[in-house]
Amino acid sequence: MKLPGATAFDIQRAVARGEATATEVCRAYLDRIAATDASLHAFTTVTAERALERAARIDAERTRSDAPPLLGVPVAVKDNICIRGVRTTACSRILERFVPPYSATVVDRLERAGAIVLGKTNCDEFAMGSSTENSAFGPSRNPWALDRAPGGSSGGSAAAVAARQAVLGLGSDTGGSVRQPASFCGIVGLKPTYGRVSRYGLIAFASSLDQIGPLALTARDASMVLNVIAGRDANDSTSAPEEAPDYVAALTGEARGLRIGVPRAILAEGVDADVERLFLEALGALRARGATLVDVELPHSRFGIPVYYLVATAEASSNLARYDGVRYGFRAEEDDLQTMYERTRNRGFGAEVKRRIVLGTYVLSAGYYEAYYLKAQQVRTLIRRDYEEAFERVDLVAMPTSPTPPFKLGERVDDPLQMYLADVFTVSASLAGLPAISTPCGFAPGHLPVGLQLTGRMFDEATLLRVADACERDNGWWSEQPSLTT
Amino acid sequence: MPSRLTTGEVEQVARLAHLALSDQEKVLYARQLADILEYARQVSEIDTREVPPTSHALLQQSIERPDEPRPGLARDEVLSNAPEPARGTGLFKVPRVIG
Repeated sequence: MKLPGATAFDIQRAVARGEATATEVCRAYLDRIAATDASLHAFTTVTAERALERAARIDAERTRSDAPPLLGVPVAVKDNICIRGVRTTACSRILERFVPPYSATVVDRLERAGAIVLGKTNCDEFAMGSSTENSAFGPSRNPWALDRAPGGSSGGSAAAVAARQAVLGLGSDTGGSVRQPASFCGIVGLKPTYGRVSRYGLIAFASSLDQIGPLALTARDASMVLNVIAGRDANDSTSAPEEAPDYVAALTGEARGLRIGVPRAILAEGVDADVERLFLEALGALRARGATLVDVELPHSRFGIPVYYLVATAEASSNLARYDGVRYGFRAEEDDLQTMYERTRNRGFGAEVKRRIVLGTYVLSAGYYEAYYLKAQQVRTLIRRDYEEAFERVDLVAMPTSPTPPFKLGERVDDPLQMYLADVFTVSASLAGLPAISTPCGFAPGHLPVGLQLTGRMFDEATLLRVADACERDNGWWSEQPSLTT
Repeated sequence: MPSRLTTGEVEQVARLAHLALSDQEKVLYARQLADILEYARQVSEIDTREVPPTSHALLQQSIERPDEPRPGLARDEVLSNAPEPARGTGLFKVPRVIG
């Protein structure tokens, strides 16, 4: 077994059988982080001591025959997911010294399953962005090309998994924040159905869209995580009561008979030529595996970006009202309350967060509410209905994850609208609440990763994972390691 | 829908959000938000008569639970992140509210 570099599947099995100790696995990854994170900046906090203590406990207690499903597997957790006693910042100055008094349900479940948290990963501030360049602590770098963005907002988790600093990553996806960085970093990223995974302990951005999802080298590894984190949680009233199946058992390698919808009209608009070529090749490979390609129309998906940015900023402006310098986080010292609020928020939030708070407040304000926010919610209904109609005829919808390969750091930071367009293919599944996965689809010139996005029916993550797994068996791209050079 | 925003409008909206902005920020955001809103105007072309709004992607019934008292977080833990807890009182401290 290669350490670092092995899959979660291999590590769990090796530790369960006593062929490797959790401690040696943990050390191999901590060493890798120490050797590479100066150039990658995937982590905001490395919890080495805590990780080694947990690994030692696993090694001391590992006598039972029923090994938990993620025994000894090192995980990186996005820094907007709370861990009790571990600094959690959402990559914002306003939470720079915040230490949560409780852990997110996903973290509790992973740790109960034997996973070992190595640390917290960098992201765009409050998960608002597509490149990690909005982090208050500086951007992460793409392990395949260090001068390029790893994607965002969960770019730190994606870079960490791709660079073999961690075996698994947790991210959050509001409009593409797990899938797009997975695409940029050449790994698997799954956004589960809205409600599939508890959000208790996730720092809220846009509550009708936010969902936690896994980043992994393989679809099998992502399935192992989903098996652990999916399911109803009494602490999150929006978590769904539907029973979660065994996602690993669903990986049959079989794509025969599946009907895959291709919304060709959407692809006519501004897709990079290499992305389009690789996407068409991926469709060819699926057909060779026995899937049928069917043209579908998603006529309202082209309005996805404006609808998403109206809805998400409105919700964000409301969610972020809690950061007022009173109960936690940064406070600007002022003599009167109103000035304290206003300056705390001015100095605590970064440029993009303030931009979105103003935009969201604007679209919710009297006189504009109906024209912008209500209208966006109505078009959201039409986007959802388009998918419902498509899923009467097909099992999955395929698109590129991102219209471009990873872009250069600095290239889009001054033009927010240009940055928003990076999410053009990911936001519609978010608005419709549907599960979607990004799986490697090959490399554009310069050896830059490109991802294939598959969107499924509500609660049908199993089919997405099955097809992604089948693609991997054909192409094996996941096993290639990035160079960590420019 | 307006396609231009004045710095005064940006300031007014920011005030609703309890957010102070520098003069530079007001100018920058007025321009950038106008661009974004101009781009968003395309949604106004769509006929949405009779279309109900989607506020939430899961359209099932609300989930209820019995209203039973449970222990919450310990008070000192809750106060441990406060920028200025009023020590020994179990309270948050804020600047004077009433003159």
